Amino acid sequence: MKEAFLLLASGDAETWATVLRSLRFSFFSTLFALIPGIPAGVALGGRDFRGRRSLIAVVNALMALPTVVIGLFIYTLISRSGPLGFMSLMYEPGGVVFGQAFLAFPIVVSTTQVGLSKLDPRFRETILTLGAGPWRRLVSTLFEARAALVAAVVATFGRVTGEVGVSMMLGGNIRGTTRTMTTTIALDYNKGEFDRAVSLGLVLLVIALVVNLALHALASHED
Amino acid sequence: MRRFGILVLVLALAMGAFAQASPAAAPATPRLRLATTTSTEQSGLLAYILPYFEKATGYKVEVVAVGTGASLKIGEKGDCDVVLVHARALEDAFMANGFGADRKDVMYNDFIILGPAKDPAGIAKAKSATEALALISKAGSSFISRGDNSGTDVKEKDIWKAAGIAPKGLAWYKETGQGMGPVIMMANELQAYTLADRATWLAMKDKTTLRILSQGDAVLFNPYGIITVSPAKWPTINYAGAKALMDWITGPEGQALIASYRIGGEQCFYLYKR
Repeated sequence: MKEAFLLLASGDAETWATVLRSLRFSFFSTLFALIPGIPAGVALGGRDFRGRRSLIAVVNALMALPTVVIGLFIYTLISRSGPLGFMSLMYEPGGVVFGQAFLAFPIVVSTTQVGLSKLDPRFRETILTLGAGPWRRLVSTLFEARAALVAAVVATFGRVTGEVGVSMMLGGNIRGTTRTMTTTIALDYNKGEFDRAVSLGLVLLVIALVVNLALHALASHED
Repeated sequence: MRRFGILVLVLALAMGAFAQASPAAAPATPRLRLATTTSTEQSGLLAYILPYFEKATGYKVEVVAVGTGASLKIGEKGDCDVVLVHARALEDAFMANGFGADRKDVMYNDFIILGPAKDPAGIAKAKSATEALALISKAGSSFISRGDNSGTDVKEKDIWKAAGIAPKGLAWYKETGQGMGPVIMMANELQAYTLADRATWLAMKDKTTLRILSQGDAVLFNPYGIITVSPAKWPTINYAGAKALMDWITGPEGQALIASYRIGGEQCFYLYKR
């Protein structure tokens, strides 16, 4: 445990580079999951339409998929022998981000949908009677549901930062390009070297705390 | 909305930029992907020799360390440029099926049978590896198997077969599906027997109380080979880089470095007479 703290405090370049790389992957995969995920969540959380319940069930089922299954599925897509092989994403940062975004997408959709469905039904009627156009309505709705959106971001970021299956299978744990905090921990475990593994575990814990506190502070500040 | 579109565009470009980032160097395609067994990586050999190769040639080697079976599969699917593995029969099949362009012997060491110092099955007296496994089976002592189609796993199954024993499914025979390092650690925790490659053992032995109980049998010979993935099958792979690594690692500089690699003063890999 002492060695773990020393390693971090001494600013071990490779350890910190790994931390930053993980955060970069998580940032982009969260972003790429939010872009399609929030509109999808808004659509599912709004007015009822035919097939809405089935779609929600599908999204919830996707959330339960283990990361190794997602990794395997994306692998068959982006391997050079797969349909997206021409993009050369396998064992690249892009491949990890792609897989993590896929993992995160249903989480974004579901948390957004649940958040919106909890809004006061009179809210929708009110802005309609105020004569707001569709664009304006969407913006007001999202603003009204901002706590749910923050929850979506926190849940997504936490999930992708902490997952190991997708990063390992699609990134290949290549030193200097696709090695993340979690794959480093797995590797250190394989080598029986627990100091760095523990130090990275601590960093993961701190990141989870900071992200949660910061975003919740942001959300309550706006209230 | 337009501002949002620009933001997405900028982020997408930034994404592309860091995915493509690579140092400017002499070769046209400096990035070279090597799929290899866990023993070359976990023993520290690659981290020791590859910087010299990169310095000499300007290539940048990305190592995916997964085990021999998986490495060959990755090569078969065109997801790496070159493989460094240790299971001759699988390598020959890979070549015969046209997945590889060239194959060369690189180095060798040996497998060893590890076990608890107390040696409950008494394998230290065994005259051969097959006899040692037969004794373990007879005593019903715990044996940890890789069970992951790695080079070590393939070798282990060959020896069981030679001993006329089918251990799969028996209570004392534990298939873990893990790499060599974790298997040695598990054998240590459970005070069980296991088959290991010498290089990983040397890298791990200070962390365990296990002992080498059987070694030296000809069947335990462990040769490593390098294979370039066929550019005829996968035209976009970095064949020039793969060939450069093959020539370097089997050439004077690579060979001298391999022979000079030591863990705790002990040599890990040995060279063929060329």
